Amino acid sequence: MSVLVNKETKLLVQGITGTEGTFHTMQMIEYGTNVVAGVTPGKGGTTYKGNETNKFEKEVAVFNTVKDAVEQTGANASVIFVPPPFAADAILEAIEAEIALIICITEGIPIKDMIPVKAALLQSNSRLIGPNCPGVITPGEAKIGIMPGFIHSRGKVGLVSRSGTLTYEAVKQLTDEGLGQSTCIGIGGDPIIGTQFIDAIKLFNEDPETECIVMIGEIGGNAEEEAAQYIKEHVKKPVVGFIAGRTAPPGRRMGHAGAIVAGGKGSAEDKIAAMKDAGIFVVDTPGTLGTTAKKALGL
Amino acid sequence: MNVHEYQAKELLKQYGVPVLENKVIFKPEEAEQAAKEFVDKGSKVVVLKSQVHAGGRGKGKVHNINTNEILQIDGKDVHGVNVLFGDNLPAKAKAFAEATLGNKLVTIQTGEVGSIVNRMMLEDGASIDKEFYISILLDRATSKNIIMASTEGGMEIEEVAEHSPEKILKETINPNIGFQGYQARRLAFGLGLSGQAFKNFVKFITKLTNAYDALDCSMLEINPLVVTTDEQIIALDAKVGFDDNALYRHPNYAELRDISEEAPLEVEASKYDLNYIKLDGNVGCMVNGAGLAMATMDMIKLSGGEPANFLDVGGGANVERIANAFRIMMSDKNVEAVLINIFGGIVRCDRVANGIIKALETVEVNLPLIVRLDGTNAELAAEILDKSDLEFKVAKSFNEAAEKVSEVVKSLKV
Repeated sequence: MSVLVNKETKLLVQGITGTEGTFHTMQMIEYGTNVVAGVTPGKGGTTYKGNETNKFEKEVAVFNTVKDAVEQTGANASVIFVPPPFAADAILEAIEAEIALIICITEGIPIKDMIPVKAALLQSNSRLIGPNCPGVITPGEAKIGIMPGFIHSRGKVGLVSRSGTLTYEAVKQLTDEGLGQSTCIGIGGDPIIGTQFIDAIKLFNEDPETECIVMIGEIGGNAEEEAAQYIKEHVKKPVVGFIAGRTAPPGRRMGHAGAIVAGGKGSAEDKIAAMKDAGIFVVDTPGTLGTTAKKALGL
Repeated sequence: MNVHEYQAKELLKQYGVPVLENKVIFKPEEAEQAAKEFVDKGSKVVVLKSQVHAGGRGKGKVHNINTNEILQIDGKDVHGVNVLFGDNLPAKAKAFAEATLGNKLVTIQTGEVGSIVNRMMLEDGASIDKEFYISILLDRATSKNIIMASTEGGMEIEEVAEHSPEKILKETINPNIGFQGYQARRLAFGLGLSGQAFKNFVKFITKLTNAYDALDCSMLEINPLVVTTDEQIIALDAKVGFDDNALYRHPNYAELRDISEEAPLEVEASKYDLNYIKLDGNVGCMVNGAGLAMATMDMIKLSGGEPANFLDVGGGANVERIANAFRIMMSDKNVEAVLINIFGGIVRCDRVANGIIKALETVEVNLPLIVRLDGTNAELAAEILDKSDLEFKVAKSFNEAAEKVSEVVKSLKV
């Protein structure tokens, strides 16, 4: 078992012929992800095998629309590598085609574009991960996104995080400690994202393979507090947490569009307090996430 | 991105939001001339306002840039906002502008260092009956925009939220149908308006909502919004924050940027597309990824140092980027040690190591340099760094990097 993605996942890549799309499609195919289709408007009916520098192990059929791709390949997940001005449209197209899992990597989508996307999601059966995220991986089964596959190993820890490189940091430690990961979900650093901590934690809580949950949050918003409340009431599995940004000055956006303490809200202190109150093992530094997870599991 | 009040008002005016007539002032003589024009049109009161991005201007005081003394005119302190009335308005406006321009305004938001005033705005006076608060912003919990209003005009909304939250009215904008008339009326009733003022408020808030949307704002605050004695509704102040992700849709915003309001090193970093925020500490850091960069700042603090900056060099981390990042980081005179913390995922650590060495050929760094490269080809990277003629303190893990920072910080204190 795993959550969200596995070997059976049939992946569609929106923006497959772009530079980023090409490079990461190559990496995903090499990892063993079942890439069944690509979409690039105007290139429908062709096949794509990468470019000069990044060649795919197999040919991928390219379609003009997501709907065409779904009808002809049965794709049930989509990963989006479309530039910011067109990314919200790409997500909406995937929602309309009833893709179950949509993962948007794109960073820099305007808030005004994401508000209607979020509203459309709530009226659909699709789940969106991201935007501005590294993606989702179930080690050994499917890698959908831009994370380095080789640092992962299959195991018992479910990981959910707002940050990319901080996730890799934790993944490597979990691998080194011999714990491995069931699934890693990068939910993204934007103020409006499809899947929140609470949603990911619900999935991990119900997943028999996940024995421990690691959540990596950062300043801004109150999603960590919300998740902590849920954990306090519903989660029996041990949860390890870290919040980045204790030294961040208020009112400044720290790289991620969503990482800002505004009007006294979204501080690291508030999040850490809520998480501690929920019985989460909160670490001071990401350097001890792996060892703390091990201790939390009684190993 | 933030803009000055006069710029915000100019933009709002384009969407039909009522503001008072005003003139931007760069020189004392311009204040004199502008005041004369207002007087000629019959104005009895004008308001001279310092244009800085920081808030709290009304209570803030102007200090001499050299002596730090608070400036006075006729025995009274010069503030960030000065209401001028009585005889000889042009001369008064000139005197206040002379006292303020080139000196610094210290407000609750600027801190002791203050903010140098390079431009001011002279605005026509208004006969005020009531003051309210209005803002529009994204509510992250619902992913919808909300309008907040309060009868406590002029007060910080955080303060109102703490002491009398029942006085804050909220209307959520449904993304499927947009802001509706009944919501405008509900706000107007909530603020206790009636008659012509009620009608004018409904028009005002509808236009303000349109402006927020069309301008791609991330925040729009009118504090205070005033009801005049003749029942007009006017935006007396205006604070606008734009969504940085939407700037590509508004090329005209580029000319509204006032780089004198930004830290010079941040301006320099923005030229190279580097995500740099200057802080006051002594340990500089260069990291890939925003989350890891924040965590690295926190780690420096835990190790006994103070972070000098936030700096995300991004995924690419090539020679040019690293060299530029070094140069900007080293221009900060407070920096006494440097930590490079890169987790190489897709980007290979050996390439980053070579990039660091190459970059150091062009930028001189005579400070303790801690390098932690982990991930793809990390061991090869460590070898490259060890073999080079430069002196690196090489760490293999996040914890080891923290230990090295701690050692270096201790040695700095000796």
